[in-house]
Amino acid sequence: MIRFENVCVSYEKGDAPVLDSLSFEIKAGESVGLIGSNGAGKSTLLKTLTGLLSYDGNITVCNLPLTKDNLAEIRRKTGYVMQNSDNQLFMPKVIDDMIFGPVNYGESRENAEKSADEALAKLGAEYLKDRYNHKISGGEKRLAAIATVLAMKPEILLFDEPSSALDPKNRRSLISILNSIPETKIIATHDLDLVLDTCERVILLSGGRIAAQGNAGNILKDKELLEKNNLELPLSLIPRGEI
Amino acid sequence: MNKARKAGAEIKAVEALAQGNSLVHRLSPLSKLAMALAYIIITVSFGKYDYSALIVMLLFPVIGYQLALIPIGTCFYKLRIVLPLVCAVGVFNPVFDREIMLRIGNVAVSGGVISMITLMMKGVFSLMMSFLLVSTTPVDELCRALRKIHFPKLLVSLLLLTFRYVSAMLDEVAVMTDAYHLRAPGQKGIHFSAWGTFLGQLILRSSDRANEIYSAMLLRGFTGDFDYSPPKKYSRLSPLIALILISLFIAARLFNVISLFGRLK
Ligand SMILES: Nc1ncnc2c1ncn2[C@@H]1O[C@H](COP(=O)(O)OP(=O)(O)OP(=O)(O)O)[C@@H](O)[C@H]1O
Ligand SMILES: [Mg+2]
Repeated sequence: MIRFENVCVSYEKGDAPVLDSLSFEIKAGESVGLIGSNGAGKSTLLKTLTGLLSYDGNITVCNLPLTKDNLAEIRRKTGYVMQNSDNQLFMPKVIDDMIFGPVNYGESRENAEKSADEALAKLGAEYLKDRYNHKISGGEKRLAAIATVLAMKPEILLFDEPSSALDPKNRRSLISILNSIPETKIIATHDLDLVLDTCERVILLSGGRIAAQGNAGNILKDKELLEKNNLELPLSLIPRGEI
Repeated sequence: MNKARKAGAEIKAVEALAQGNSLVHRLSPLSKLAMALAYIIITVSFGKYDYSALIVMLLFPVIGYQLALIPIGTCFYKLRIVLPLVCAVGVFNPVFDREIMLRIGNVAVSGGVISMITLMMKGVFSLMMSFLLVSTTPVDELCRALRKIHFPKLLVSLLLLTFRYVSAMLDEVAVMTDAYHLRAPGQKGIHFSAWGTFLGQLILRSSDRANEIYSAMLLRGFTGDFDYSPPKKYSRLSPLIALILISLFIAARLFNVISLFGRLK
């Protein structure tokens, strides 16, 4: 579904690469946790994957090489929940934002609104539908941004810190939603408990390189590996008494 | 509240107004755009001393606001910063043009004063009409209408993005001034030694945000075009209403309605 081969990315020509010859593969239907300390390159990887940054190497998404010609097609198939919801929501009302994508891709307004309602219902956030984006809280913005992306019904879902700003209850419901979505997912986060609950596989980034990848349970248990990469054991795996 | 935040909120409040559902809101954006343009062109074309004929033009926006269910005060409140500028355009006319044109009792009124008043009226009326358009038509719809009449894609995208970025930039100003004041208590404004960095930061931060917002739009299929199905049903009568109104504008321009009434008496 997604394949990276020797991918290098730098923001400025001549600068040290932010992603340094990354190679990995993600199969259809897989849920992959992308972890790493601040500045490790998680957001950069997701931006590259959606064609927002130029890169060296080879990237294939949904069997299409990531090139200018395929960009529209690939973007249609991927949904990206950005790290900063303020930037993701640009229309006056939540509902306007939710139908922006589908309608741009040729859906009728009625259908778009129906998918919007479904997405909001999934998140238990129907009450946000007619609210103004500038009058809702940080966590509500996050929910709205997630709903916006779900409403596009993408084949690949990319989440950048989806649980930040959510209260425990909404975080819980996010986890159950993530688990109920059959599509391919990449979840970039510091919330390792969330990864433990939602991902089979983990890719650990460090300084733009892959420090480790493999079974989520194994990597997230590896205290030494995590600490070497400025991360800590998920709370739920710390033995009682040591907290 | 932080001034920048207030300004940002006001812009967003105008967008909120545009979401209403009055008679005026239901007219198609293209008809409204045509009407507003015609109104402004005709208003501006009135003669330099034609204040008495011009007064009639005030009727249109006033009635428009009534029908749009927007208090006229909103317009003056939102435009309170630009209004004085518009009015200032003619302030020197009385100095240059001293010929006496009119006597009201003992007071002689010079041509300069009259042309100043006429000019102010033109400016204020045009602003009122523009604001009526903006507050009854969502920006997206306005841009779509512009594209329909083959306005260049680049300009339309630019208009749309500017609108989005201005509020993003005001947000950034608000956040930054708040952050500044939290660490510089009791200080009024921003000390000028910090202006350079402040401005530089502001530009960088807003352009970062602008980039991200633009990315978010691209990722959801924005191509700079609005060729998708119209989102709202607009009144089918819109073009007809526009036509009638534009004829009325022209009539008001050609015949001095006020003096006609005067003569009928
Ligand atoms: N617009 C940019 N221009 C230049 N460098 C950037 C830019 N954005 C990010 N970087 C650099 O790229 C590196 C990776 O950033 P990235 O945002 O991908 O990190 P991240 O893993 O998402 O971190 P976080 O957990 O804090 O979100 C960082 O060292 C950062 O300094
Ligand atoms: Mg990030």
